[in-house]
Amino acid sequence: MNTSGFESKNKSEHGIDETYKPEIAHNIETAGREITRMPALDAVDRPVDHAEEDEIRGFEENFRVISPGRMVAKRFFRSKLSIAGMIMVIFVFLFAFVGPFITDIFLGYQETEVHRIERVSDLVTKADYVGADGQEYMFYDKSQTVIFYKAPLSSSHPLGTDTNGFDILVRLMYGGRISLVIAFIVIFLQTLFGVILGGLAGYFGGWVDQLVMRIVDIFACLPGLPILLILSATIASIESIPPEHRIYYLMAFLTLMGWTGVARLIRGQILTLREQEFMLAAETTGIRTSRKIFKHLVPNAIPQLIVTATLGLGGIILYESTLSYLGIGVPFPKAAWGSMIALADPSKGQEILANYPNMWVPAGVLIIITVLGFSFVGDGLRDAFDPKAKR
Amino acid sequence: METNDNILIVENLKKYYYGGGIGKNRVAVKAVDDVSFKIKRGTTMGLVGESGCGKTTVGRTILRLHDVTGGKVTFKGKDLAKLSKKALRKLRPELQMIFQDPYSSLSPRMPVGEIIGEAVREHKIVPPDQYRQHIMKVMRSCGLQPQYFSRYPHEFSGGQRQRICIARSVALNPDFIICDEPVSALDVSIQAQILNLMQDLQDEFGYTYLFISHDLSVVEHISDTIAVMYLGSIVEIGDKVSVFKNPSHPYTKALLSAVPVADPDHRMNRIVLEGDIPSPANPPSGCKFRTRCPYAFDRCSVEVPKLQNIEDCHEVACHLFDDDAAQYEANKKGGISA
Amino acid sequence: MAVRLGRRRKQLKGVDDHEYLTLREERAIAKSNAKIMKEFERKKRRENVDPSEYLTEMRDPNNVVEFDNLHTYFFTDVGTTRAVNGVSFDVPTGKTIGIVGESGCGKSVTSLSLMQLVQAPQGQIVEGSIRYKASDGKVYDIPKVPMNEMLHIRGSEIAMIFQEPMTSLNPVFRIGRQLDEVVLLHIPGSTDESAKKRSIEMLKTVGIADSERVYNSYPHQLSGGMRQRVMIAMALICDPRLIIADEPTTALDVTIQAQILDLLRSIKDRINGSIMLITHDLGVIAEMADHVVVMYAGRIIEEGTVREIFHSPKHPYTIGLMLSKPRVDQEAKRLYSIPGQVPNPINMPDYCYFYNRCNRAMPVCRGEYPDLIPFSDTHRAACLLYDEEALAKQAALGTSSQATNAPEPAVVGQAEADLIVTDVDNTDEGPADVVATEVSDTVDRDEVE
Repeated sequence: MNTSGFESKNKSEHGIDETYKPEIAHNIETAGREITRMPALDAVDRPVDHAEEDEIRGFEENFRVISPGRMVAKRFFRSKLSIAGMIMVIFVFLFAFVGPFITDIFLGYQETEVHRIERVSDLVTKADYVGADGQEYMFYDKSQTVIFYKAPLSSSHPLGTDTNGFDILVRLMYGGRISLVIAFIVIFLQTLFGVILGGLAGYFGGWVDQLVMRIVDIFACLPGLPILLILSATIASIESIPPEHRIYYLMAFLTLMGWTGVARLIRGQILTLREQEFMLAAETTGIRTSRKIFKHLVPNAIPQLIVTATLGLGGIILYESTLSYLGIGVPFPKAAWGSMIALADPSKGQEILANYPNMWVPAGVLIIITVLGFSFVGDGLRDAFDPKAKR
Repeated sequence: METNDNILIVENLKKYYYGGGIGKNRVAVKAVDDVSFKIKRGTTMGLVGESGCGKTTVGRTILRLHDVTGGKVTFKGKDLAKLSKKALRKLRPELQMIFQDPYSSLSPRMPVGEIIGEAVREHKIVPPDQYRQHIMKVMRSCGLQPQYFSRYPHEFSGGQRQRICIARSVALNPDFIICDEPVSALDVSIQAQILNLMQDLQDEFGYTYLFISHDLSVVEHISDTIAVMYLGSIVEIGDKVSVFKNPSHPYTKALLSAVPVADPDHRMNRIVLEGDIPSPANPPSGCKFRTRCPYAFDRCSVEVPKLQNIEDCHEVACHLFDDDAAQYEANKKGGISA
Repeated sequence: MAVRLGRRRKQLKGVDDHEYLTLREERAIAKSNAKIMKEFERKKRRENVDPSEYLTEMRDPNNVVEFDNLHTYFFTDVGTTRAVNGVSFDVPTGKTIGIVGESGCGKSVTSLSLMQLVQAPQGQIVEGSIRYKASDGKVYDIPKVPMNEMLHIRGSEIAMIFQEPMTSLNPVFRIGRQLDEVVLLHIPGSTDESAKKRSIEMLKTVGIADSERVYNSYPHQLSGGMRQRVMIAMALICDPRLIIADEPTTALDVTIQAQILDLLRSIKDRINGSIMLITHDLGVIAEMADHVVVMYAGRIIEEGTVREIFHSPKHPYTIGLMLSKPRVDQEAKRLYSIPGQVPNPINMPDYCYFYNRCNRAMPVCRGEYPDLIPFSDTHRAACLLYDEEALAKQAALGTSSQATNAPEPAVVGQAEADLIVTDVDNTDEGPADVVATEVSDTVDRDEVE
C-alpha cells in the first residue's frame, strides 16, 4: 500500500519536471511580481498537504537524544567532587544504618550496653614516717584491687570503650543513625513549611506576600544558635517532659529556625516562573488555581528544592551536634556524635583529650565526612540541574 | 445586531503602568492609551508596530492577563473588563492566546497530551468518554502525530512546539484567538507551515484572530483588517487592501518602505526615519510621532490627532488629513498678526 | 503516572519509536569524543610553531578569504554534529557576501571558524582550510594557526558585529572607554588623546550626531539601534579588511534596521573592505549582498550572484525558501511551505540532506550526495535535477524495474489530500496507530483513576 502510493507519486512528479523546471525560473526571472506567485505556487503546491500531516520523518529524528534525567546524572557524575561527595554520603549511610546489624552479628553490643571491664591493678601506698628510734622510714604498702577501665582498641572493642563503658564503634553507628534521621525529618518539615508559605507568598503576592515575608524577616534576624540553646535548655529543665521526648522538640526548633530559607527561595522561584509564558498560557486556559500551583509551578521548582535541601542537611547535622555537645540535644544515654565529642571537653580535665583520641576523633571525622559529603552532592546537583551549564 | 457581527469590540482601552512617585505625582507609563477597534467574527485583524508600541499589552489586557486601567472590552456582548474572576474563568476557553516563544510557553515537566488536554478536562469541553478522540483529533488537525502524546516538550523543535501551543488553544473550541507574534521565533520555512496551519484552522472552524506582529509581510499575508500602533496608540486602521495600497499615516508609509524585499532589483523610495522611538514614559506632546515625522508642523506638537475616516473602512490619526487644516493655519496666522 | 507507565510498556513491547540513547551508546560516544577533543586541543596549544606550517598562498589574489572544503564538527553528547560539512567559497575584496540559511545550517559556525572562535573543546575544525590574506601580504591558513598568533588576526584585521548589541558591550564601562581600549590595543603608538579622537571620529562615521554625549554614556543609556551603531564603530576602528556581520539587524525594529543597513552599505564603500553578512532574512540579503551563499544542514546547496539567486534560483530549497516568505508587495492566498523540520545535522544520510523535505525528490536522489553543478561562472547548485546523468538514470529507473527495485518509502509517507483528518481511527498507518491505541489505553486508565 505504502509502496505503490510512493511510486505513483514519483511518476507523476517526474512527468511535471520537464515543464515545471524552466517555468519557475522563467517566472521569477522575467515577469513582475504580480504573476510570479500564483503559477509557481500551483506548480509546487501538492506536497504541502502531507507536509502539514507531518508524516515525513525529518532528519532530526535520525539521532536519539539523552533523556533529561540521564542528562542530569551525566552532568552530576562529570564532577569528581560530586562523586566524592556521593561516596562519602553512601559510606555514612551504610555505616549508620547497615553497620549496627553487622556489629550485632559479630559483637552483639547494644547502644547503651555498659561494658564493665575488670582489671586487677596493683595499688601501692607509700608513707614516710619517723620511727620511735628517730630514724626516717619509708613505708610501702602493696595491695591488689579490681578496677573498671576504658577498654583499649582490641578485636572485641574495635574503637575501645568510653568513660561510661559504652562501646565507641557501636555508639558511633547509632549516633549517626539518629543524626541522619533528625536531619532528614527536619529538612522535610522545613521544605514543607517553606514550600507552602513561600508558594502562597509568591503566587498571591500583595498582603499575603507582605505578611509571610515579614515573618520570614523576623525569623531570619533571630540569632539561631543562642535561641536554640535557650529553647533546648528550657525544654530540658521542664520536668514534665520525659527526656526521650526532648528529641521531638529539638526537631521542631530546628525546623522553626530553618524554614525561612526555603520559603524565600520558593517565593523567588515562583515569582520568576509565574512570569513565564507557560503560566500565562495556563491562565488563559482557565484552569483552577490549585492546579496551576501544584501542576505547573511546583514541579518546575523541584530541582532547586532538592539542591537546597541537600545543602541544608549538613547544616542541620552541625546544629544537632552542637546541641548534643552542649548536652541539650539528644539526651543521654542515647548516642550522638556531638555528645561523644563532649567526653573530651577540656573543662572536665585534659586526660581524655590527650590520652584517648579514640573517644572523640572518630565522631569528629564522621561529622566532617557527612557535612562535606552533603555539600559536595548539593553543589554537584546544583550544577547538574542548571540548564545553562555548558559542561 | 452589532454584537453578532463584531465578536470583539474594544473601546478606549487604557493600560497604564505606574512607576516612581507617590499619589498624584506618580509617573504613568501609558503602555496602551485609548485604543479602540472592532473585530468581525471569522476575520483576522493584524496589529503591527515596533517594539515597545504596546501591541502585546493590548492582547494581554484584552484577556485580562493584566488589569485594565480604563475602557471597555466587549466580547460577545459581555464586558470582559468588569467580569468577576470566576465568570472570567468560565469564559476563558472561548478566548485563547498563542504566545511568541514556543520554548517558554510550554511547561517543561508536562507531557504533550497533558498540556493539550488539561483544560479540556477541567472545563468539560467534551464528555469524558470522548476525551481521547477529541485530543487525538486536535493533535491530528494541528499536524502532530498521535504518538507524541506522552513525549515531553524538550523533544520537539520550535515549529512543532508552536503546533502544540496551537493545539492547546484549539482543543478548547475557542471563538477568538489572540496570536502574539506566533511565528517570530521560527525559521522561515517553518513560519509558512504555521501560518498555513492557522489559516486552515480558521477556514475549518471559523476562528477569529487578533494577530499581533512586528513583521509587516506576515501581517499583510494573514489579516483582513490592519491596525498600526505607535507608542500606545493606533495611528492607522482599516482594510488590509486600503492600508497597504494607500498607506496614509507617515509612520505607516515609513514602516512599509523599510521592509526589505527579497528582490535585488526592487528599489523603493525608502523613507528612512531619523532617530529612535521615544520612551513611552515620556512621550512627546501632541502627536507622538512628530519627533520622527518628516511632515511634522506646529499643530502636531500642540494637538493630539484623532482617528478620522479618509475612505471607507480606513481611519488615520494625522493632522495632515484635518479638514480644518487650512482654517487652523489661517487662525493661527491671524492670531500672530493680531 | 499512567501515561508514564504506558511509555514503559511501549518500551517493553519493543515499539522502537523516538527513544532515548542507551547508557552504553552514550558512554561510547563520550569516550570517543574525549579522545578526539583531546587530540585537537593538544594541537592547538602548541607553541613555537614554525610559520611555514600555517603560511600558504591564495588561489586568487583578489580574495580576502577563501574557504576550502571546511569541516567544523561538534562532538556532542548525542553524537557528532557536522555543523559545517565541506563548505567552499571565496570572499573577494570589496564585496559583500551574504550567507543565508535557517537555524542550525552552519552559517554562524562558518564565520566563527574563520575567527577560531568555535566553542572548544566540543567544536573543532576537523578538515579543510580557510586562507586569509592579511594586510601585510601574508596568507594564513586559519585552522593551522596556533592560538597566540590568532590573537593578532582577530580584532585588528577581522571585526565582528553580533546580533545582540546589548550583550556585546560591557554594561559597567562607558562607551568611550570601551572604544578607546580597542584603539590602544590594536593601533600601535596611540595615546589616550589620540584614542579618544579616533573613537569620536568613528562614532561620527557611523552617523551618531552627538558623538561626545554617546562617548560618555553607558550602554544601557542607549537604544538598540544606537548600540548597534556603537558596535559597528568599534568594528571599524582598526580599518578591518573584513567585517563579519552575524545577524546584525535581527534584534532591531524595521525602521531601525533600515537605518543600520543604510549605514553598513555606506561604510563598505568607505573602507574598501569586504563584508560577510550572515542572516536568515532573504530581504536583507537581497538588499545588501553582491554574492549569495545558501546553506542547508552544514552544506552549501546553492551559490551565485544576488541576481542569479533571486531571479533564477535552482535548488528546490532556495525556491521554497523564497516562496515561503510572504511579501508585502505581493498577494498570495496561501503560502508555499517546505514540509518537515529544519534538521539538526547529526547522523545525516549519504544522500541529499534535503531529500525528505523536497517536493521534487526522485528515487535517484537517494544515491550519493550531489556535487555543485555550475550554471554560470558564479552560479552553482547541488541538486540532481540538473544532473543529466542522474536524470537519465532516473528515467531508466522510472520505466523499467519499478516493482522490484522500488526504494523504501522511508520518509515520504501517504499524501493525505486533506489537511484536517477527522477520522482518527485511520488504520492504514501501521506502527503509528499501534502506538496511538496504546497511548489512548493509558489515557482511559488515567480517567478511571
